[in-house]
Amino acid sequence: MKFTLSWLRDHLETTATVDEIAESLTDLGLEVEEVFDPAKRLAGFTLGKVLEAEQHPDADRLRVCRVETDQGEKQIICGAPNARAGIIAVIAHPGTYIPGLDTTIQVGRIRGVESHGMMCSEREMELSDEHEGIIELPSGDVGERFVDWLAAHDPAKVDPVIEIAITPNRPDALGVRGIARDLAARGLGTLKPRESTPVPGAFASPIGVTIDADTQDGCPVFAGRVIRGVRNGPSPQWLQDRLRAIGLRPISALVDITNFFTFDRNRPLHVFDAAKVAGNLRVHRAAGGEELLALDEKTYRFPEGAIVISDDSGPESIAGIMGGEPTGVTEETTDVFLESAYWDNVQIALTGRALKINSDARYRFERGVDPAYTVKGLEDATRMILDLCGGEPSEVVVAGGIPDHSRAYRLDPDRVRSLVGMDLPEAEQRQTLTALGFTLEGDMAHVPSWRPDVMGEADLVEEVARVASLTRLEGRPLPRPTQGVTGPVLTPLQRREQAARRALSAAGFNECVTYSFIDREATQLFGGDDRLALENPISSEMTHMRPDVLPGLLQAAARNQARGFADLALFEIGPAFHGPEPGEQHLQVAGVLVGRAVPRNVHGASRDADAFDAKAAAEAVLAALGAPAGVQVLRGGAAWWHPGRHGRLCLGPKKTLGTFGELHPRVLRALDVKGPAVAFTLWPEEIPAPRRAGAARPALAASDLQAVERDFAFVVDAGVEAAALVNAARGADKTLIESVEVFDEFAGGGLGEGRKSLALSVRLQPRDKTLTEAEIEAVSGRIVDKVRAATGAELRG
Amino acid sequence: MDDLREKWLKAVADAGDAAALEAVRVAALGKKGEISAQMRELGRMTPEERKEAGPRLNALKDEINSAIAAKRAALADAALEERLRTEWLDVTLPARPQRMGTVHPISQVTEEVTAIFADMGFSVAEGPQVESDWHNFDALNIPGHHPARAEMDTFYMARAEGDNRPPHVLRTHTSPVQIRAMEMAGAPLRVICPGRVYRADYDQTHTPMFHQVEGLAIDKDISMANLKWVLEEFVKAFFEVDEVELRFRASHFPFTEPSAEVDIRCSWEGGTLKVGEGDDWLEILGSGMVHPKVLMAGNIDPAAWQGFAFGMGIDRIAMLKYGIPDLRAFFDSDLRWLRHYGFAALDVPTLHRGLSR
Repeated sequence: MKFTLSWLRDHLETTATVDEIAESLTDLGLEVEEVFDPAKRLAGFTLGKVLEAEQHPDADRLRVCRVETDQGEKQIICGAPNARAGIIAVIAHPGTYIPGLDTTIQVGRIRGVESHGMMCSEREMELSDEHEGIIELPSGDVGERFVDWLAAHDPAKVDPVIEIAITPNRPDALGVRGIARDLAARGLGTLKPRESTPVPGAFASPIGVTIDADTQDGCPVFAGRVIRGVRNGPSPQWLQDRLRAIGLRPISALVDITNFFTFDRNRPLHVFDAAKVAGNLRVHRAAGGEELLALDEKTYRFPEGAIVISDDSGPESIAGIMGGEPTGVTEETTDVFLESAYWDNVQIALTGRALKINSDARYRFERGVDPAYTVKGLEDATRMILDLCGGEPSEVVVAGGIPDHSRAYRLDPDRVRSLVGMDLPEAEQRQTLTALGFTLEGDMAHVPSWRPDVMGEADLVEEVARVASLTRLEGRPLPRPTQGVTGPVLTPLQRREQAARRALSAAGFNECVTYSFIDREATQLFGGDDRLALENPISSEMTHMRPDVLPGLLQAAARNQARGFADLALFEIGPAFHGPEPGEQHLQVAGVLVGRAVPRNVHGASRDADAFDAKAAAEAVLAALGAPAGVQVLRGGAAWWHPGRHGRLCLGPKKTLGTFGELHPRVLRALDVKGPAVAFTLWPEEIPAPRRAGAARPALAASDLQAVERDFAFVVDAGVEAAALVNAARGADKTLIESVEVFDEFAGGGLGEGRKSLALSVRLQPRDKTLTEAEIEAVSGRIVDKVRAATGAELRG
Repeated sequence: MDDLREKWLKAVADAGDAAALEAVRVAALGKKGEISAQMRELGRMTPEERKEAGPRLNALKDEINSAIAAKRAALADAALEERLRTEWLDVTLPARPQRMGTVHPISQVTEEVTAIFADMGFSVAEGPQVESDWHNFDALNIPGHHPARAEMDTFYMARAEGDNRPPHVLRTHTSPVQIRAMEMAGAPLRVICPGRVYRADYDQTHTPMFHQVEGLAIDKDISMANLKWVLEEFVKAFFEVDEVELRFRASHFPFTEPSAEVDIRCSWEGGTLKVGEGDDWLEILGSGMVHPKVLMAGNIDPAAWQGFAFGMGIDRIAMLKYGIPDLRAFFDSDLRWLRHYGFAALDVPTLHRGLSR
């Protein structure tokens, strides 16, 4: 919402400066976005009188002028055809910034003659596009500031423009008068009284108005009148200046008047060319499919139920949003029908959205105009039309009636203290509400018709506090909910999330935050479908909610590869979406390793990241998250993993805590990741809650007896999994065997095709007495038997 | 006996290395050594002779033993010195490579915010990011026709053919978590709700996904003055300054009443933000007293309870605190950016340690 200072002063008697007004507006909740004060840029320009203008000795088009200025007589070279003796011109002394040229004028030498300043055109001062010659003022004294002269003779040129942001609750501030009322309540001046006096009609309106029964909820009242014999030319300069200042193009007096009321009183109006209206006007709902060429020269097709104003020949106006071209007024118009109606804000919002029209009228009606001003606004606009265009008004025709919005809420003066925490005397509170247009009856505050947002007692508190200024609010400590040391607040899952983050960054992974949406192809590669699609994606790369965190991370890896970074360890902790319903999301911890795990270095060879790097990271996170021991590695993970080179980390066959391994080459190709990439995904919610209550650990059972380590090398079929050997070995003596580790894997050589050697180190920990060689031999024998029975392994010779 | 002593001490002293020394030891004190042989002779002596020769022989044996031990240590020292003379490393070579991981600024700042509010008794609530339009809008006093809906640039989930429910939305703010927290926990209540939010907007200063943290405190007598204090304490703790000045400006949010935008006093001298001094004001958050309709939507009786709510951008306060210029880079995962703006694994923000280094 834009307005000028002089426009504001039409409604507000005030001596406040622009800065004071701007500061108050922002503080009142009408946030100032910009103040444009032309006078600020023109402050350095003064008036001077050209005493003499002679031809420049070396240039046909230039004149050497002697100019009387506030700094004495100056020689100024000027190229303007109208530079001549006797005129009052606008002078820029050296050092003055010329906005239209974006330069600061200096003492110069033009074709060998010195020039001490400049005489300016309107364009050079950005006052207009006029550049035929320099400004020639009809009056003015030498040395007078140009801004002072403008303020006295052409105030629109130095009228500051203020632009404010209007929150949706304040439709009343979409009119200059509403803004003035807020400022008056704040004490920045007094609101000038405005009385609407009806203009008597000279004849019955030849155009009648009706509202269909099923449309009265959308249009409670529709009023209008014919004015005949108007002259519709350009509007007067002051009106054009105002509209231009706020960014509107003056069109004709009749249209400019309706625009003026839109911004002056938040009262959109419409004028029909009465000669082009066939019969009467009827407000009704569209059957659907009707079309109208609107004033923006586009044709709109009405959805069923939209409110339309039709005459006998069909739709003529998109009610409350935009008029129709066929009945629009032109310079030739002599008889008009002036419309002032009240439309239901929800209906306007829905129709406006359906037709995608953003007009000033829609903007206002959907936020709420003052219903009580419907007919008064018609009368005020009639008066202005008569003043500016002449003509003779008919009687007013009205269909429907002004809806009853009257309501009142109890003003509890103590509520400002209990809700806001400010102590304001009751008298001040009542005075504020009165200034805002509320009527107080005892402790009941009746809401003015222009404030649809005030719907309860809390709103009264807000008005009082707002006008008093929230800057007066002083902080008051909020006591802790409990006394003493503050307890922990995180949920187990939140703790897991933090632990995973710290564990992975400690393991050398860089945390990323990637978008929750990915493209369709990646969605499908990772098991998602169109149920995850967005209705209105912002780009083709962000069309679906990600079913998995990995695709975004892999794309991040690909971007880094493209930038020349080949060795990457990235992770992300965030939501993945397994369905389109609220709550169908789960937390994932995902990491990728691309390129080398160990880069080329002076101490040893480089090594590519492999599945066991991913496994190590995944296991480290699971340990940090408190996953129980005994996690099994099973196969059969999702399709985006390399079929033979991944494993699921499981607690039993049904509970998968995570997956690690190489990614499917086809997936990597689709996501533009070069070279092998390994990854892991963990589901922290799947980890069972620890059963333990209390922080105490079980006692340490460390034996003083010497542990014994024995190594075994087995030869098995290449397809036999190491875990089978380890489990079998462990089962040989569950009390004595403390651990079984695989320490070597070897294939080829003399082992033969399809065979491999696996070496296990078994640690025996006696509990009661030192083991004898015979006992060790006995256990070793059982280990070999068990492993052989379980896997067909032979002890390697 | 003196000859014997002289002979063997000299032999010990002359031994050039460990092997020679061992040979001397065997020749003197070994089973067949000369001194051992003399010891054996003691058995054939008379008691008187033995009484005289025994101690002297024993003393000689001890002396030779000590001399051998001392010589052995000296030889070992010499050998070590000799070895060390040949052992040399170019210690200017680089260390073995080790990856350095980092924590993303959004995570770090979220943990900082959590640490501060936890100290004031706020726990952390979370909610779905695909949200019902009721939770995201209606429950927050933003009915279907409300202009705020259009201004939010909402992402909608596609609806399957025949599914005529209103489409779900990607939550446009963390405020719906207020409703869910109230539904779940009732009053009194103190929570913050950090997380991802979504708006269909992409330009220099907007990304379609960003992060907010919502705060909500409900009790019998919480006022806006408490809100101001909480925010003052938060801003001081977060920006790690002793003093801060907050300015409350009246504003409007459908879900609070009264509503205020909050600015902090700051200076931008030399392009760096300094909080608590200067003549500029920086808008950092929106806040207000929870609207009675919102309390009702969360099944809380507005006649008995009242409270405040606020919301701010996590990315934004991260940018302000750590001088990160471009929002879009947060989500680009450029390794250089992650390393430069990321945080070390062990820099866990706590209040007793201090939030930042």
